[in-house]
Amino acid sequence: MIAIQTKALTKRYKDILAVDRLDLSIEQGTLFALLGVNGAGKTTTIKMLSCLIRPTGGDAVLLGDSIITEPEAVKEKINVSPQETAVAENLSVRENLELIAGIYGSDKKESRSKTAEMISALGLSDVAKQKAKTLSGGMQRRLSIAMALISNPQILFLDEPTLGLDVFARRELWSIIKKLKGKVTVILTTHYMEEAEALSNNIGIMVKGKLIAVGTASELIAKTKAQNFEEAFIALAKGSEVSR
Amino acid sequence: MRSIIFASRNQKEIIRDPINIAFGIGFPLVVLLLLSAIQANIPVGLFKIERLAPGIAVFGLSFFSLFSGMLIAKDRSSSFLLRLFASPLTSTDFIIGYIMPLFPMAALQSGFCFLVSFFLGLQANVNVLLALLVLLPCSLLYIAIGLLTGSIFTDRQVGGISGALLTNLSAWLSGTWFDLNLVGGTFEKIADMLPFVHAVDAVRAAIAGEVESIFPDLWWVIAYALVLLVAAVLVFKKKMNSDQV
Repeated sequence: MIAIQTKALTKRYKDILAVDRLDLSIEQGTLFALLGVNGAGKTTTIKMLSCLIRPTGGDAVLLGDSIITEPEAVKEKINVSPQETAVAENLSVRENLELIAGIYGSDKKESRSKTAEMISALGLSDVAKQKAKTLSGGMQRRLSIAMALISNPQILFLDEPTLGLDVFARRELWSIIKKLKGKVTVILTTHYMEEAEALSNNIGIMVKGKLIAVGTASELIAKTKAQNFEEAFIALAKGSEVSR
Repeated sequence: MRSIIFASRNQKEIIRDPINIAFGIGFPLVVLLLLSAIQANIPVGLFKIERLAPGIAVFGLSFFSLFSGMLIAKDRSSSFLLRLFASPLTSTDFIIGYIMPLFPMAALQSGFCFLVSFFLGLQANVNVLLALLVLLPCSLLYIAIGLLTGSIFTDRQVGGISGALLTNLSAWLSGTWFDLNLVGGTFEKIADMLPFVHAVDAVRAAIAGEVESIFPDLWWVIAYALVLLVAAVLVFKKKMNSDQV
């Protein structure tokens, strides 16, 4: 079943074409990585798909609901972990999670049980009572992802989830994200090649607002006859720029 | 229900910041005690407790513009609001959630101010309850200013506008520190056109038990509060639907 289908999805800011007629189809339960350099249009795409900004053209259908005509229905099925950690600083880890569970319709009892589940699943037990502002960067990211997962979303958007983290914190987050495969449709943006390669079922490469290639890491390597995925990405991105 | 959950979070965020408590409750009380000490040594009619306490109560409320403005501006800059905009919360939930927790906090602050004033000679009678009621629209006025500035400016800018400019402006133009008639001219005219002096005069009338004198002044406050609230709600809703949170 298709979880996300975009049709000529476009976003223009005055003279800048941030996303240019994006046609994309993502199967339910897959982990799809949107890869690109800064300004490629990855975050803008995620913001449109999560109903945070309106497209200037085209549409996207998420599990049967349009982001243009049925944004309320879309919002019930999705959740987002933004690029910044986006946590309530003076609330504890537990309170942050209970807050989001409540906002997504859980009563007190359900909020508490979901929170306990998330704390255990994401390894937040030792810091559960700590205020969010006192957590390390890695723990804040973990909390951010837990806040996005607590509503049991069918589609989860992770915008550069490991940005600025050290190698250990990054690897720990990878193992958490990998566990979501098959259960939740995850759209992840990153500009780390190894992250896209390690985590995703499918990779979409964006350059200057255009989706220039889609496939598995090995398909993209084979397509460009490159030595590794990083070289494949460079070949595709440069090739696209030359042909413009 | 969602708005109540969100309001509870906002209340926790504000009261857990020690600077908010220090400025919101501590600072107005320090000023009250200081001016009362001056009054005890050099009697000035303006600083008699029944005239001073209403002025300090209104001055204390000006910090609520800072609290609400900073909270919203920080939520915007940290992307916390972005996360919530992707949730099923509606614009009404947001507005109720940001405004509602500040009312009991404002009432508590005014209550503290009058409680300390009792020890300084203010008569504890039913007029104080009336004054607390009159302070409700005054609270709305300052909360609406915060909602408006927080929706437009960054947290740094809100600190400057609400923390420095508004608290000083509303204090100078309120007739609490000095008699506006003594300055007269354009200064007095400007003060009369703004709501701050009317807020103080309405609370003073309530404390004096002059019920009929409350309303000419309180209408000014209510009108300003409603206009600013509508403006704040419109700006916030526009932000919700815009490309830049």
